[in-house]
Amino acid sequence: MMHGPEPAALVSVAATPPPRLQFSAQIHGWLLLLPAAVLLVTFTHYPAVATIIDSFFSTPKGRRAAVFVGADNYQAMLGDPVFWRALGNNIVYAASVIPLTIALSLAMAIWVNGKIAGRPFLRLSFFTPTVLPMIAVANIWLFFYAPGYGLLDQMLGLFGIPAHNWLGSQSTALLCLIAVAVWKDAGFFMIFYLAALQQMSPQLAEAAAIEGAGRWYVFRRITFPLLMPTTLFVLINAIINSFRLIDHIVVMTQGGPDNTTALLLFYIYEVGFKFWDTAYAATLTVVLLALLAIVALGQFLILDRRIHYQ
Amino acid sequence: MSAKLKWLLPIAGAALMALTSVAIAKDITLSFYYPIAVGGPIPKIIDGYVADFEKENPGITIKAIYAGTYQDTLVKALTAFKSGEPPDVAVLLSTDMFTLIDEDAIAPFDDLLKTDADKAWAKSFYPAFMANSQTGGKIWGIPFQRSTIVMYWNKDAFKAAGLDPDKAPDTWDELVANGKKLVQREASGNVSQWAIEIPSSGFPYWLFQGLTTANDVQLMNAAGTQTAFDKPGVTGALQFWVDLNKKDSIHPPGVIEWGTTPKDFFEKKTAMIWTTTGNLTNVRKNAPFPFGVAMLPAHQGRGSPTGGGNFYFFKKMSDDERAAAFKFVKWMTTPERAADWGIQTGYVAVRPDAWDTDAMKKYVADFPAAAVARDQLKYAVAELSTHDNQRVTKALNDGIQAALTGTKTPEQAMKDAQAEAVRILRSYQ
Repeated sequence: MMHGPEPAALVSVAATPPPRLQFSAQIHGWLLLLPAAVLLVTFTHYPAVATIIDSFFSTPKGRRAAVFVGADNYQAMLGDPVFWRALGNNIVYAASVIPLTIALSLAMAIWVNGKIAGRPFLRLSFFTPTVLPMIAVANIWLFFYAPGYGLLDQMLGLFGIPAHNWLGSQSTALLCLIAVAVWKDAGFFMIFYLAALQQMSPQLAEAAAIEGAGRWYVFRRITFPLLMPTTLFVLINAIINSFRLIDHIVVMTQGGPDNTTALLLFYIYEVGFKFWDTAYAATLTVVLLALLAIVALGQFLILDRRIHYQ
Repeated sequence: MSAKLKWLLPIAGAALMALTSVAIAKDITLSFYYPIAVGGPIPKIIDGYVADFEKENPGITIKAIYAGTYQDTLVKALTAFKSGEPPDVAVLLSTDMFTLIDEDAIAPFDDLLKTDADKAWAKSFYPAFMANSQTGGKIWGIPFQRSTIVMYWNKDAFKAAGLDPDKAPDTWDELVANGKKLVQREASGNVSQWAIEIPSSGFPYWLFQGLTTANDVQLMNAAGTQTAFDKPGVTGALQFWVDLNKKDSIHPPGVIEWGTTPKDFFEKKTAMIWTTTGNLTNVRKNAPFPFGVAMLPAHQGRGSPTGGGNFYFFKKMSDDERAAAFKFVKWMTTPERAADWGIQTGYVAVRPDAWDTDAMKKYVADFPAAAVARDQLKYAVAELSTHDNQRVTKALNDGIQAALTGTKTPEQAMKDAQAEAVRILRSYQ
């Protein structure tokens, strides 16, 4: 498509001699595209294609080379309860993390955009979680959740609520990870909302106020629609993050108890680099790729049309 | 070739061989991957060993590469192997033996053991450590940083409960009886101090083996092709673990995080913990009360699994490189060095004669707890390891966690785990 037919283009150009200027402009254009194209092909397109091909072969082991197995890997996947568990977990995880993160980041941005005392300090404290590496964050939260003496239990203990094994019970483990992810990302997205809010002309809100519009009305009919391009950007990033970030799982639960917190990418890592079943890992990766591709297409085709760009 | 010159050939050949062998002996460079799994300045200790070895063995250069956790090191070594550039020597989990054999990545040590001294060296390690290092009549790994599970107890808590502070429970029955005295409940019913914590996150199968071994059952066969997760002894051991919470109420509910277990102990949230001997230095430094170290309590039998890492030789080394690597591994496992490594890290010195060295004797006299792990080795068994090891282990881990969190009965959990293990291992029968 974009980077494939370079020589062909040159041949066709040579067959029907165009003006010199156009020819050199073409070369120029391709040369400008080349570095990005090479990087994209090497690190994105080629691996994606290789993954799809690998998913139709068996895993090479020792002296046994890979053989073509057709859809065997896909069939095995459909019968793999851990895969369905991980997929289900990931959907719950994404469906909670994404709206919560967006709502929280928007609320924080509106708050620190107002004129309040200690504003720089507030902005800094909201942004701090973003700066910390996820591994460090997860190790800190591990102790927040520690039953009995952890921060969470100590705070709840003030209200007489008994200690709870947050990460060690199936009912709360995934919720705990969702909370960490929201806390980690909200500050980052707040920055984008804050930037968008500061670009917004205050005249709009003033005019609305003169017409007698309430604050909630202004937000719903003016501020929020004008923030839609930012929301789309944040939404895409939040979705990608919800499938991409698994560091906290490795540190905090390793998918346990009994796969309650196994997300798709974590399971792919486990299959690929713990079980060394690379073919099956490729199969799972194809599912992840397809899932993200569908989401991205939906966003660009449907949401894009309904968003007002200035 | 003219007949005149023919007599020259052998001479030239011999000269050439002498030259090349001298040339090769001059500069052998070996890459050595090692992981870090315990606290302490491990890279500094390893670098010190390597420097000493190079000084004593001019002509051999060891490139020691710290490669992360055990899991990271395995990933790096195997991906390097698959791309055609494996490390020469690596320290990896003893339980990765079958995985490495199945990948055709490692070579056995047996053909290197030519002299009587070498054969004696191979027999100088604790049999418990060798159980995870050989299969099919061949030696694939040499024990280096090995550990077992021990029980740590808080002597103050024992005293406060009216128990003998110098005597840890020695059987399951004593554990439960003492445990009931050690649990402290507030008026609201909230437990402020549990009696015991057995961690169950990440790799619960390892601690579970401390229970199954005491219940006198083995989880797998030596060939690594069969598991016995659904045997009554195994189910019984899991039932005991579940009952510590459900029936006896001396163990916290749910899955216990491995990483925070020592901290729970320091914070007096629990009077006893099970964890690796590798935590000995950590507990010694951080426990704000007098503590004891004991063998795991017995039931039908006694025992603990071993754990930790072995030296492996990857394939693709030349004979000269293998000879040099062999020299290095022998040098790293002399009694003196095994003793020094054990003292500096908390790992169990891997051979009996290491405990007879002066340095070790002095250390044990100072800190008798260090010898508990050694004494327990008599009863130690191989850590769970099979073909397709991590996948089989995960089946068991999931089952244990399901039982501990109450979503499955121990019978059902172990039946499911066994069925999954049979499915995974069917191609190795």
